[in-house]
Amino acid sequence: MMKSIKNWILIIFASSLLIACGQQGGGSGGKKSKTLDNTKKAGFVKCGVSQGLPGFSNADASGNWTGIDVDVCRAVAAAVLGDADKVKYTPLSAKERFTALTSGEIDVLARNTTWTLSRDADIGLTFVGVNFYDGQGFMVRKNSGINSVNDFKNGISACTNTGTTTELNMRDFFNSKNIKYEPIAFEKADEVVQAYDAGRCDTYTTDKSGLAAQRTKMSNPDEHKVLPETISKEPLGPVVRQGDSVWEDIVRWSLNTMIEAEEYGVNSSNASSLKESDNPAIKRLVGAEGELGAAFGLDNEWSLRIIEQVGNYGESYKKHIADTGILPNRGPNELWTKGGILYVPPAR
Amino acid sequence: MNFKNFKINFKNKRDLIPQVITVVFILLVIAYFTMNAQNNMGNRGISFGYGFLSQESSFDIQFSLIDYDGSHSYARAFLVGLLNTILVSVIGIFFATILGVTIGISRLSQNYLISKTAEWYVEIFRNIPLILQIFFWYFAALRALPLPENSINFYDISYLNVKGWYVPKFIWTNFNIFLYSIIAAFVVIFSLNRYAKKRRDESGKQIPTLLISLAILFILPFLTFLIGGVSLTFGIPELEQLSTTVFVYKNGVSIIPELISLALALSMYTATFIAENVRAGILGVSKGQKEAAASIGLTKGQILKLVVMPQALRIIIPPTTNQYLNLTKNSSLAAAIAYPDIVLVFAGTALMQTGRAIEIISITMFTYLSLSLSISVFMNWYNKKMAIKEK
Amino acid sequence: MKLSFLKPNKEKINNFLISGSFLIVLSLADVIINNIFDINLTAFLPEKLSYFAPILLGTIGLYLIRIEFSGNKLLDKINTNFNSNNFNAILTLLILFALIKFIPPLLNWFFFDANFLGDTKEDCSGSGACWVFIKVWLGRFVYGMYPDSEQWRINIAFIMLFLLVGASFFVPAKVKKYFILFLLFIYPIIGLKLISGGDFGLKYIETGAWGGLSLTFIVSAFALILCFPIGMFLALGRRSDLPAIRYSSIGFIELWRGVPLITVLFMSAVMFPMFLPDGTYVDKLIRVLIAITLFEAAYMAEVIRGGLQALPKGQYEAAKSLGMGYWKMHFLIILPQALKLVIPGIANTFLALVKDTPLIFVVGLLELAGMVNLAKTNPKWLGMAMEGYVFAGLVFWIICYVMSRYSQNLEKKLSTER
Repeated sequence: MMKSIKNWILIIFASSLLIACGQQGGGSGGKKSKTLDNTKKAGFVKCGVSQGLPGFSNADASGNWTGIDVDVCRAVAAAVLGDADKVKYTPLSAKERFTALTSGEIDVLARNTTWTLSRDADIGLTFVGVNFYDGQGFMVRKNSGINSVNDFKNGISACTNTGTTTELNMRDFFNSKNIKYEPIAFEKADEVVQAYDAGRCDTYTTDKSGLAAQRTKMSNPDEHKVLPETISKEPLGPVVRQGDSVWEDIVRWSLNTMIEAEEYGVNSSNASSLKESDNPAIKRLVGAEGELGAAFGLDNEWSLRIIEQVGNYGESYKKHIADTGILPNRGPNELWTKGGILYVPPAR
Repeated sequence: MNFKNFKINFKNKRDLIPQVITVVFILLVIAYFTMNAQNNMGNRGISFGYGFLSQESSFDIQFSLIDYDGSHSYARAFLVGLLNTILVSVIGIFFATILGVTIGISRLSQNYLISKTAEWYVEIFRNIPLILQIFFWYFAALRALPLPENSINFYDISYLNVKGWYVPKFIWTNFNIFLYSIIAAFVVIFSLNRYAKKRRDESGKQIPTLLISLAILFILPFLTFLIGGVSLTFGIPELEQLSTTVFVYKNGVSIIPELISLALALSMYTATFIAENVRAGILGVSKGQKEAAASIGLTKGQILKLVVMPQALRIIIPPTTNQYLNLTKNSSLAAAIAYPDIVLVFAGTALMQTGRAIEIISITMFTYLSLSLSISVFMNWYNKKMAIKEK
Repeated sequence: MKLSFLKPNKEKINNFLISGSFLIVLSLADVIINNIFDINLTAFLPEKLSYFAPILLGTIGLYLIRIEFSGNKLLDKINTNFNSNNFNAILTLLILFALIKFIPPLLNWFFFDANFLGDTKEDCSGSGACWVFIKVWLGRFVYGMYPDSEQWRINIAFIMLFLLVGASFFVPAKVKKYFILFLLFIYPIIGLKLISGGDFGLKYIETGAWGGLSLTFIVSAFALILCFPIGMFLALGRRSDLPAIRYSSIGFIELWRGVPLITVLFMSAVMFPMFLPDGTYVDKLIRVLIAITLFEAAYMAEVIRGGLQALPKGQYEAAKSLGMGYWKMHFLIILPQALKLVIPGIANTFLALVKDTPLIFVVGLLELAGMVNLAKTNPKWLGMAMEGYVFAGLVFWIICYVMSRYSQNLEKKLSTER
């Protein structure tokens, strides 16, 4: 009879749920990394990037992604899978970026994300480093007659992305100057740019690197200028989920490898030839000495692959940010030996 | 009631089994989800709790009916979003009703042009998705408005430009007295109508209630101006130059383009459904009613007011209330155009800043759910009331 | 006015007709010339009078030709339809004037000043619409980011669907049941596999690349196919005598009906992954499909419930008296009749579903409306928002209008049957 069949189906389904419940709950211990295993199984690194920010992560017409954030993902892919191109890029808005990471849709978030306390401690994420030191600034039209943030007056309207640190910093800034302002916050960066371009808001505020990059997307880039003041610290870096410390370390040290390689003068063209180098630090970087890869469950050529296939930090910056005209001056994003603040722990 | 069910169930053991299985299945599904959620949150170090609501929000909201800035709590941000949702819903409902009734009646007009125009209006605006209409108004139409220094000028007291619609600000003194007078006027009108109805039912004599009601509605508040100490001045928007190219209007009230496009799109879209309901309602009153009313000597206006409209309303009101509910739910599309309603402010910005996805979304869904359930309850009560009258 | 010689009557019909028509033509001509050639014929009058002149002339003209029962068929028709009283006459004139004023600029924008040929924004030199934008992006609008070389797979999947649906109307009744079962259960799997690939030598295209109009169709088709059986079971559950089943059905239906679709989509994107075991990752499109299906199933359940309620109790009793059990009774007797009753309601729900699909852009899936948004922010094509939205609006309007017409015809056809 149909009724008893229905009952049986329900009973079987219910018991299978019970069994599934019971099997679940084994945490990760030792050198086990669920993310690493899943990545190896899938054959590509799941990387979250922006929806199109020139210099950091931008797709061209054929769908190829380039930028310094993209290079972080490629470094991880080179280290873990041996091929820097084995990455799946997921463009994310500011709204979805963290939930995409916590839900497992992506494993690395390289999306010019500011490292803050609340993000690090409160929402289940871990920042693994800084790949761009930046600050928040304002953009206005050149003919607006505003030459510094001190020229802002009551009633000004400011556009920004919602759900970002810029929204909060903007408030702190205007409050400190006792200026009544109109905050207009959109979800997509493109909409913010459009609103500013159309005149809906008088100024556009985000990280200065973002301002420089988005200016190229406006109808008349030469009409706009970035005001000289920087109103906040914005250390931008890659993020991973909390709870998988091995994966965390892999991403952190992939980024550090790129920076340290520049420090020692190792780049994509000379990396393999430097296996005979006299400097033990260089030899460790190219995998000719030491068993550093085993610490993550990787082979020893992991850092060599990063440098060869992606390049060191300087090469990456030059190709995507300096040569494209976005920010030719490296500013704080220079090695500590050359006056900047890029100083990473040694790989040993 | 419980006992009766229990007894019946006992008699019919066959009925008991599927119910038990259903309940167990549902409980298992809920347990599965809860366990996974707890596990996942534990792994990531996320805590669960509603305590964050009292924390400082640190972000400002563009448009708020109450006093709010970043130093207030998330709970207050929620309130701001809720009030904005209610605001746009009320405005939308108001205009949608007026527009919908007009178009519905126009469709029944004898005039071919008018009925065809109304018909095409309904066909066009009903078949384009609401979100596209909102996008069109906001990104295409309102963005094409001029900059503040070249605003469209309405008699020098109101200005329309890309930043919004600037209207004069109403500056009251003793506004509460004015408010009380309006409430009092409504109370008097209500009692007057009840009295008039009773008198008409008993003796057939009619009082011109409409005229008297209108008179009361105007006179009572007017009196407060004369003797109640209420006064009203207007803040006319003035152009102020902040810099060489930046102009704003001060002293007026700005209606932001986000609100305008949302209210416009919602009204025009929902009006089509209301028009169809009104048309169905008026057509649903059988012809015999109108003929019978005419045969006892009622004028056309009286037929409409006493015979047709009450019966038509009975058919019109339930689906129209449904449309009001749909309008309120559709106002959540504000998230797409930066209008700070509850979805954008709370389930958007607050969620992104705190990461408390489950708590925030549960609160948002609960809010919408209570709104729709209360309207459902009202509709059920209304249906029951109307049904008894019909006998 | 007691001047009876001015009141139109049948005797001097020719006089009144000529004078009335003259005035009407004069007023229309004034408006036309004013709008198209920018010449104000009545400039010699004071400003306010010249502005209202056309209306006054037209109203007087229409008044003059308002002859009741004139005997002239055309005149009577015009009078009843446009001219039954002064109010109607004025409205008619206003509508005509509005048409004259707004239609030519609209036509200009759409056709005469618009640019159809070209490849880049520079080719849009006219002041009208830049249809070049649509032409260049058409591939994207229809197929999303799907690679050009693989688009034949989407085409085949949809051709198969149309053929199946079309064939199911014409096959004999015996085979029809199997057709419908195939359509409901087997075809979705085939279709999905064809489009996503991965096996049988087809390249794997991840769901993030699906987009445009094809995604709209995919989501609508799937949601409709899947929400129908779920809605049916919910409706039956709500009318069940067993309290546990009834209340859980009511709870489920009211929960999904009470919240807006956008929050449901947020929930599926943001919350749903939390409720699954760590590491399992369900594709975004599947999550969205589940969310939309459950959402629409609740509305479908209410529609079907209306049909179930409308059936006379006699049907239930007759079936029971023949010894049919619950399921047999429902599948053979009740549901076929109930569903036929509410086909218009089902069509309406499907229409609402198609109109709701653009919302999936909030979770990052770019169907037609989302694609238009993406295209309009491309640096090479800034400022094309109007053309994009008009195009998307037209496409949706055509689809929805055709469907609503079809359902209205169905309703008429079925109601006469009863």
